[in-house]
Amino acid sequence: MNLAAKAREDLLTALAAVLPADALLTDPESLRPYECDGLSALRGMPLCVALPDTADAVAAVLATCHRFGVAVVPRGAGTGLSGGARPTAGAVLLSMARLRDMGEIDLANRTIRVGPGVRNLAISEKTRPHGFYYAPDPSSQIACSIGGNLAENSGGVHCLKYGLTTHNVLAAEMLDAHGQRLEIGSLAPDSPGYNLLSLLIGSEGLLGVVTSCQLRLLPVPEQTVLLMAAFAEVARAADAVSAIIAAGIIPAGLEMMDRLAIAAAEDFVHVGYPRAAAAILLCELDGDAQEIAGDQERVETILREHGVTDLRLARDEATRLALWKGRKAAFPAVGRLAPDYYCMDGTIPRARLAEVLERIAELSREYGLQVANVFHAGDGNLHPLILYDANQEGQQERAERLGAEILALCVQVGGTITGEHGVGVEKLDSMCVQFTSEELAQLHRIKAAFDPEGRLNPGKAVPSLHRCAELGAMHVHGGALPFPELERF
Amino acid sequence: MDCSAALREQLREACAKGQKLEIRGSGSKTFYGRPVRADGIVDVHEHIGILAYEPSELFLTARAGTPLREIDAALAERGQMLPFEPPRFGAQASIGGTVACGFSGPRRPYAGAVKDHILGVRILNGLGEDLHFGGTVLKNVAGYDVARLMAGSLGSLALILEVTVKVLPRPTLERTLVQECSADQALQKLRRWMMRSTPISASAHYQDTLYLRLSGQEHRVRNFAEQSGGEILDDDRGARFWEDLREQGLDFFCGDAPLWRLSLPAAAPQQPADFGASLWEWGGQQRWLRAVPDPLALRHWAQSQGGHATLFRATPGAAVEIFQELPPPLFALHQRLKAAFDPKGILNPGRLYAGL
Ligand SMILES: Cc1cc2nc3c(=O)[nH]c(=O)nc-3n(C[C@H](O)[C@H](O)[C@H](O)COP(=O)(O)OP(=O)(O)OC[C@H]3O[C@@H](n4cnc5c(N)ncnc54)[C@H](O)[C@@H]3O)c2cc1C
Repeated sequence: MNLAAKAREDLLTALAAVLPADALLTDPESLRPYECDGLSALRGMPLCVALPDTADAVAAVLATCHRFGVAVVPRGAGTGLSGGARPTAGAVLLSMARLRDMGEIDLANRTIRVGPGVRNLAISEKTRPHGFYYAPDPSSQIACSIGGNLAENSGGVHCLKYGLTTHNVLAAEMLDAHGQRLEIGSLAPDSPGYNLLSLLIGSEGLLGVVTSCQLRLLPVPEQTVLLMAAFAEVARAADAVSAIIAAGIIPAGLEMMDRLAIAAAEDFVHVGYPRAAAAILLCELDGDAQEIAGDQERVETILREHGVTDLRLARDEATRLALWKGRKAAFPAVGRLAPDYYCMDGTIPRARLAEVLERIAELSREYGLQVANVFHAGDGNLHPLILYDANQEGQQERAERLGAEILALCVQVGGTITGEHGVGVEKLDSMCVQFTSEELAQLHRIKAAFDPEGRLNPGKAVPSLHRCAELGAMHVHGGALPFPELERF
Repeated sequence: MDCSAALREQLREACAKGQKLEIRGSGSKTFYGRPVRADGIVDVHEHIGILAYEPSELFLTARAGTPLREIDAALAERGQMLPFEPPRFGAQASIGGTVACGFSGPRRPYAGAVKDHILGVRILNGLGEDLHFGGTVLKNVAGYDVARLMAGSLGSLALILEVTVKVLPRPTLERTLVQECSADQALQKLRRWMMRSTPISASAHYQDTLYLRLSGQEHRVRNFAEQSGGEILDDDRGARFWEDLREQGLDFFCGDAPLWRLSLPAAAPQQPADFGASLWEWGGQQRWLRAVPDPLALRHWAQSQGGHATLFRATPGAAVEIFQELPPPLFALHQRLKAAFDPKGILNPGRLYAGL
């Protein structure tokens, strides 16, 4: 046995000693399902998979890995779309999926304590009978875990009004890379010291492993209605979105789909989306009956002013959920149109929606790849879905280049390369466009303050300065390109 | 006026020389936090100006020294507001100081805290490096959330140059409802109302009176007031009460006695009466106490309830720590984080904790 193999054996023995019998996977067949997350183009094999079912066991795994000097990649449900949970060669994959405890609903504090492996939707399912729900609802909510949501600061279709994950978490218990436990945040409105909770949320598993979290619950709104508005031009729909917000209305949700996405979703769920439309908006309003009536009238007026061609109102729960179903299933629906799709996630100022969508359509023609758009219009968070066929020579690479151009475009108009899916491995290069080397160095120093040896999810989320230098990427800031007079796009 | 170049130079020089600096805005909140032992002052109060305000994009970007007064006026003109309703504690109080102190006002439990509304920052770290984090859009997960980390960091990590905040439409109507009841009864009522969606946008209990601010559409406000009973104050008096509460202008806050602040979970009961005279707001989650005979007992009690106690306004030379002590592993992390931003320890040393 060579030295490396011996070290691996020793590590596996030590891990087995701190884990339940069925909680350590080592043979290639059982490792296979963990090869990638929701971004299946990026794959890798872990050294092994650990499946602890208590926080203590997680701590023991971390302490063991620390002792052996081995890196750890945390994983939730593996629905991430940026390769955040993709295994790293030689690292232990730490699945948090078995930490599925849900505490009792704490009504007096309007909160619930849940383990990181709990599915997002399960929380609202449990609390709804008591009149409460957990607001952030990513489209993947039937599958994704709350630990993954914290790590990505996930959004959903209702975050325009109710905020992102970061606005809906009161406290978290985390373990550092050595397995030491820290309580971050509290049920009080604030905690002494630095606001570490905001730093932990969205840190993609690089700063700590979340073993438990305390979520804010909201009372279920009295009533909810959904308007579906069809438009003959994408630009008119986009302008209507800005106009609604400018009028002082904050809808509970405001989503948009373009023609390709509409057709795909309609074929998938058959809910009667208008195929002839260039774009549809889904606008949800909630509150009491009178409140909704007032907002609805104003929204309808704005939609008419923007030339809506078909306006439908879903008052009853069944119709409303059916219309949402198409939206929530849009990714897999579009996924049926081509062998592969690549989902982008840039955010832009709402006012630039029409212009950016137009530019994406041009890029799509230039690259000869179809792009479907389905997105959180109310918060300017785009999800262009690039359709391609990985088996066709060069297509994957072309899709990636097209994606990178779309992200650079987002930064150029004053937006960001990722609104909710995270950087992971996928957008490391685009990070070089958004941040200067000094900014990246600052992010690396933050990482080192939490994890001095760099063992938690190494190589993700923040690119090395070296990588950016090699790439020679141009840093674009707030639309201010160096040499703006030169044509770039 | 853009002073960023001069500020950057001052920090770079201080860093090179290991000279410690106290960051000063308008000086409205110098009372807050521990005394800083510095070799000099870095003055941000002339670094002012609203750089961008897009009502339809719901954000505003301002230089750190910009007075809140000016920001509030610009927003009011377009029917918008800062949702966290920050206290000023001085006519020139700046947005940068507000973020650094992490102060939010009466609307906090109903609309969120200052940290919830920060979208982006431009900062100078302790090396004098000019850095941007976050942006102007509502959703942005590129890089760690350094922007929100600034909230409450008291200038000990970085000097804030610019802040971008999320803004919201101002409610069309606000009314103040008062009901006579004990502090304990008032807590019970609020707990009940928390179970559903209500038009409450601020709450306080003071001198055997529960004050509620109701915001939103008229029918909701009217229905709630009719169902729950009590008296509606005339608009001016109502608005004045919330301003006096926010700015600590009520009689309760007068005089020199130290002022303590409790931050508590919603379920925390009324604290024992012998802890001192008190007033609460934020549905009972923020409580103010004067003439506290036994600060350590108070702190202990707050902690046992899952909250913490801060000596908000101290008398000079107070022997108690201003902020509640952190568990050692957490404090060690704070020290490493401080070093990650300010390796020479030149920014507001000791303002938050000794050794930070
Ligand atoms: C069809 C589809 C629709 C989607 N829609 C949305 C959407 O609307 N909004 C949205 O925001 N996202 C969406 N996503 C993306 C994805 O679902 C979210 O990012 C989700 O939060 C990931 O959760 P997960 O449990 O699958 O995490 P994983 O993919 O397993 O991991 C994600 C990251 O979290 C880290 N991590 C996981 N658990 C922990 C833990 N306990 N402690 C520390 N780090 C941890 C991992 O290391 C990794 O970096 C969608 C994905 C799909 C496939």
